Amino acid sequence: MFELLGIPPQALFGQLLLGLINGSFYAILSLGLAIIFGLLNIINFAHGAQYMLGAFVAWMLLNYLGINYWWALLLAPLIVGITGVIIERLLVQRLYHLDHLYGLLLTFGLALIIQGVLRNQYGISGLPYTIPSQLSGGQNLGFMFLPNYRGWVVLASLVVCIATWFVIEKTRLGAYLRAATENPTLVSAFGINVPRMITLTYGFGVALAGFAGVLAAPIYSVNPNMGADLIIVVFAVVVIGGMGSILGSIITGFSLGLIEGLTKVFYPEASSVVIFVIMAIVLLIKPAGLFGRTA
Amino acid sequence: MRRFGMLTALLASTALAGAQDLSDGVVRIGVLNDQTGTYADFGGLTSVEAARMAVEDFDAAGKGMKVEIIAADHQNKADVASALARRWFDVDGVDAIADLTNSAVAIAVNTIGREQGKITLMTGPATTALTNSDCSPTGFHWVFDTYSQSVGTAKAVLEQGKKSWFLLTADYAFGHQMAAELTRVVEEGGGTIAGNVNHPLGSPDFSSYLLQAQSSGAEIVGLANAGTDTINAIKQAGEFGIAQGGQNLAGLVIVISDIHALGLETAQGLLATTAFYWDRDDASREWSKRFQEKTGRMPGMVQAGTYSSVLHYLRAIEAAGTDAGATVAAKMKEMPVDDFFAPGASVRADGRLVKDMYLVEVKSPDQSKSEWDYYNIVQTINAEDATQPLAQSTCAYAKGG
Repeated sequence: MFELLGIPPQALFGQLLLGLINGSFYAILSLGLAIIFGLLNIINFAHGAQYMLGAFVAWMLLNYLGINYWWALLLAPLIVGITGVIIERLLVQRLYHLDHLYGLLLTFGLALIIQGVLRNQYGISGLPYTIPSQLSGGQNLGFMFLPNYRGWVVLASLVVCIATWFVIEKTRLGAYLRAATENPTLVSAFGINVPRMITLTYGFGVALAGFAGVLAAPIYSVNPNMGADLIIVVFAVVVIGGMGSILGSIITGFSLGLIEGLTKVFYPEASSVVIFVIMAIVLLIKPAGLFGRTA
Repeated sequence: MRRFGMLTALLASTALAGAQDLSDGVVRIGVLNDQTGTYADFGGLTSVEAARMAVEDFDAAGKGMKVEIIAADHQNKADVASALARRWFDVDGVDAIADLTNSAVAIAVNTIGREQGKITLMTGPATTALTNSDCSPTGFHWVFDTYSQSVGTAKAVLEQGKKSWFLLTADYAFGHQMAAELTRVVEEGGGTIAGNVNHPLGSPDFSSYLLQAQSSGAEIVGLANAGTDTINAIKQAGEFGIAQGGQNLAGLVIVISDIHALGLETAQGLLATTAFYWDRDDASREWSKRFQEKTGRMPGMVQAGTYSSVLHYLRAIEAAGTDAGATVAAKMKEMPVDDFFAPGASVRADGRLVKDMYLVEVKSPDQSKSEWDYYNIVQTINAEDATQPLAQSTCAYAKGG
C-alpha cells in the first residue's frame, strides 16, 4: 500500500474519521451560533457555557433523579433551552437596538457566572458520566477501532444539522423566521408574533448547544470549563463559514474537524492553532467568510 | 480579574508582637496556584485551606506570631505569575510563596525568589529543574518530581515485563522533563520508547493521539501529563479499547481528585506514585477528616504537602527567631520535618524534601468501601530511591554547601 508522508493509509483513515467526530461538535455548536446571530444579530458568547450546562444537566438528571442518557438527550436540551428563553426574555431582548458589542458583553458575563457557580460547586476535574450500555463497545473497522458511541455522535449530529437546515430553509416556519429578520414590522403586520418567534429561536439555538453537551458528556469529562475551551474554536468556525450562514456553519464545522484531525497526525503541537491560522487566512482573502454574503 | 481572584484571607493574630524579628511584624504567605484551569483540583483553593490549617495547628496566635495567608490564581501563565510574585514581594510584603502548581510557573517564580532571597514552598510543580539548573538557595521542592514519579510507576511497570512504551506528553516544561526522565528510566530498565506525541496543554480530545499510540504497537502508553489532560486521556483510552488491544496505561502524575473524577469503573487497576494517601495511617486519617470537613473533599498529595511545607516553614521561623529568607531556609534544612505527611523526613541542601513515596493501585468498585476509598498501597518506595541522588544534581548552591 502507498504511504503518505510516512503515515500509513490505515492511520490516515482513522484520523480522518476522528476529525469527522470532532467536526460533529463544531457543526452543532456553530449551527446554534449561526442561527442566533443570523436571526437575532446577537453574538452569543454564552454558547459554550450552555453546551457545558447541557452536559451538567444530563449528569444531574442521572445522579439526582436516576434519569438515563436517552431521556437526558431529550430533556437536557429542553431544560437548557428554557433557561435560554428566560435569559432572552429578561436580558437579551433589551439589547436588540444596541450595538453588537453589548450582546457580546452580556452573554460573556453570563458565561463567566454560570462557569464560576458550577466550578465552586463541583471543582474542575469533572464528573464521570458513563456511556449508555447500548452504545458501549466498538467496531473493528480494520484500520481503526471505532467506539460505537463516537459513531452515534456523528450520526446524531448529522441528523440534527440537516433537520435544522431543512426547517429554516425549506419550510413555511423557516420562511417566516427569515422574513422576520429582514423586516419585522412587515411580518408582524401579517399577524405573526415576531417577538415570541425571536425568543423561541434563541431558545432553540441554546437547546442545540445543550444537545451537544449531552452528546459530549460521556466522552469528555463533564467539567465547568469544557465549553470555555471549545467556544473560541467554534467562533473561529463560524467566522470561517460566514457569520449567520446556516449551511456554511455545518460544512465548515465538519471540514475544520477533518483539518484539525490531520494536523494532529502530522504536527500535533500545532493542533490547537491550526483553525485560527485558517481563520486569519480566510479573513484576509474573503472577509465575509466562505459562505457569507457581503452585506 | 486578577484583583478579583485575590482573596485576602485569615488573619491569625494577636495584637502582641512575639519574640521574633519579623519584617513589618507579620509573616505573609502567598498561595499561588491554578484555581480555575486544568490544575485547579491539583491544589487550587483547597490548598489555600490547607495552608490556613497549618497556621492554626502551629498555633501562631497562641505564640504571639502574626501570620497572614493570601492567595491568587496564576491561570497557568508564567508571565501572570511573575508579575504577581514581584508585586507580592516588592509591594505587599509577602515572605514566602507556596504551592506553585505548573512547572513553567514554578521555574519563573523560583527565579524571582532566588533574586530576592525569598522562600518558595513548591508542592504542586513536578519538574526536577527546580532542584537542578533552576534551583534556589531559598527554594524548596516538597512533594514529588519527575524523578520520583518515573522511578515509582515506570519501574513497577517494567518489572511486570512491559518493555515498549509510547508517550503522550504535555507540550511544555513539565511534560518534556517528565518524558526525558521516563525515557531514561525505561531505557535503563531495558525497555524502549516506541514513539512520543507532544499535545497542547488542556486538550479536550485525545482520540487522535491514542490512535497513534495504538498503531505504534507499544505495550504501555505512558501519560507524561497531569490534571484534566490525564483524566481525559484515561477516559478516552477506555472508550477506544486501548486495554482490549492488549496495551496498558501508565499515568505518571495522578492525584486522588483525578480518580474521583474518573470513577473507579474506569480507573480501576491503574498504578500511580503518590507522596500521600489519606487512609495510610491514623495521623493522616485524622488530618484528612478535618480537611474534608472544611472543604468537602479528601486531600491529595499537593494539599497535604502545602500544609506540611507551611508548618515546617513556620516552625523554622520560630526556631530562627526571624523571617529573613536565607536564615529561615538554612534552618529549614537543618531541622527534621515532623508531621503526618513526612514523618522523620529531612530537607537536602538543594531544597528537595527527602521522603518515602508510595506505589498505589486503584481499587475496583467492589473493593472500595466508601467514597474516597480508592487506593491499595502496593509498595513503599524508600526515600533514597525516590529522590535523585544529590551527587547527580546540577544545582550550583547544593555543590557549595
